[in-house]
Amino acid sequence: MSAEAMTLFSPELAARFDALVERYPVRRSALIPMLLYAQDEVGYLSDAVIDEVARRIGITPLDVRNVATYYSMLRFVPAGRYNIQVCTNISCMLRGGYRIFEQFQERLGIGHKGVTADGVFSLEEVECIGACCWAPAIQVNYDFHDELTEEQVDAILDEYRSRSQKAGSR
Amino acid sequence: MPRLVSHPDEVKIVTRRFGMGASKIDRYLELDGYASARKALAEGSDWIINEMKASGLRGRGGAGFPTGMKWSFVPKQSAKPKYVLVNGDESEPGTCKDHLIFLHDPHAVIEGTIIAGLAIGAKMGFIYLRGEYRYLIENVERAVAEAYERGFLGRNIFGSETEFQVIVQSGAGAYEVGEESALMESLEGKRGVPRIKPPFPAVVGLYGGPTVINNAETIATVPHVLAMGGAAYAAVGSERNGGTRLFGLSGHIARPGVYELPMGYSLRKMIYEVGGGVRGGRKLKAVVPGGSSTPVLLPEEIDIGMDFDQVGKAGSMLGSGGVVVIDDQTCMVEFALRTIKFYQHESCGWCIPCREGTDWLKKSLTRFHAGFGTEKDIDNIQYLAENMMGRTFCPLGDAAAMPTLGFVKKFRKEFEDHLHGKPCPYAHHPEVELV
Repeated sequence: MSAEAMTLFSPELAARFDALVERYPVRRSALIPMLLYAQDEVGYLSDAVIDEVARRIGITPLDVRNVATYYSMLRFVPAGRYNIQVCTNISCMLRGGYRIFEQFQERLGIGHKGVTADGVFSLEEVECIGACCWAPAIQVNYDFHDELTEEQVDAILDEYRSRSQKAGSR
Repeated sequence: MPRLVSHPDEVKIVTRRFGMGASKIDRYLELDGYASARKALAEGSDWIINEMKASGLRGRGGAGFPTGMKWSFVPKQSAKPKYVLVNGDESEPGTCKDHLIFLHDPHAVIEGTIIAGLAIGAKMGFIYLRGEYRYLIENVERAVAEAYERGFLGRNIFGSETEFQVIVQSGAGAYEVGEESALMESLEGKRGVPRIKPPFPAVVGLYGGPTVINNAETIATVPHVLAMGGAAYAAVGSERNGGTRLFGLSGHIARPGVYELPMGYSLRKMIYEVGGGVRGGRKLKAVVPGGSSTPVLLPEEIDIGMDFDQVGKAGSMLGSGGVVVIDDQTCMVEFALRTIKFYQHESCGWCIPCREGTDWLKKSLTRFHAGFGTEKDIDNIQYLAENMMGRTFCPLGDAAAMPTLGFVKKFRKEFEDHLHGKPCPYAHHPEVELV
């Protein structure tokens, strides 16, 4: 194993992957969750991540890419530390989802799939996230924020900005 | 934390443990949890399937296929292992019921999975959740670990000679994976493209073995059916539509939320009494009765009972139970465009009528909404949608075409009002780029 592969994932994640590939009737059933968990830790699916996942499953990197490009949550370039995903699908649209999306665009000065210069935030317009009865809704990474008002947009950005500062000063 | 709602007309069967801490196993056991799985283990497969048939429970994912019958199609003898697959890839716009089930009652899903496994003779079950539901995936994984600790899952479930394993699987973002054959592809570590049918999953499914695939709400209902008895469960609903349904009221409704109501409950009452009517005292313009793929209903069409047969007779579908209420200030062309934009984004591209059809519909509707449409475009939109119907491996093509046909047919005047370079006469935020 290359030195890079040894340090690519944390020991916890590497151990988790060791268990994951053994748990299914077929090894490659672990592929999609592995890619997502790897992305959570590394930030995106870099060439090194793809090669290492391919090696662990026992398939080619091209095969991994072929699968990975299908899934909308998987990305091949880094996102911000906090990826803001604004739902604008029908139930959210009817309750102001687009206005929420516009506000995030204005405040952050970025558009769909943009990343702020400091790397703290990225923004995405996403399809239905399964929070229709609590619309308009967004996700920041995996955290849901339901029944948003335009007034709450600034507070949410402030909250994550201060979290980022705390994490950065550690 | 998503807000829970309540209404006196609700019949709480599937939701009866919501908000009671039942995601912890001790609390779940206090509330009669795992009693149905024990009973199913004692009574055996034929008894389970008979109770399920008697219950009239029909698939909650949208198709409404009778669950007991689906289970009975799985061959008793099979050279390959059999599997249970729980579809928690909840992604149909307007639908968020499984979200609450995974949050408040994950053990009901596990218990239902065990019972389905006993019914068909499977030793392994998968609970597949959409990747965006990470906090719910963690909640279900934690519940599964609890069930293993107690010996409810594993080599000898409940101290018997019977084995049953459960694996919780995360998706990574794809509406199409909610289609049963694409779901199996995804679980096998592939792109989520659909398989041609037949063979049906009951015969050749996951890893080539006989597989039962049920929606998460269907599976969470199973333990309650066995606890009440199939006939008692059936009696709650309407004719040939057993039990209750988790209806999600969203959009311009005064009191949005997920309500558990008997099958056949009046759509008018659901909107005006349970949901408190249209928000802000506005008038009702339209209702999407069962998730974004179901054809729209007009205000004069809401005097129907919400079950698979009655909504079907009204020219739409009960679908996933996501009721989207639309007020009189909404532009229906914009609504049609947002709907098709979703299906264009989610089409997996495998079947050309769907891949090309959704793309052209999006282009046509975008141009139309912007005021550059012509009379002929209206007919073209209809023609495109009609030619997608029934020409694809999976129902995504139909799911895009059916609502489009409904919008054009029922709101043709609104389409005509957009003609000849006029700005949208209905939109309230035309600055929004919808491309």
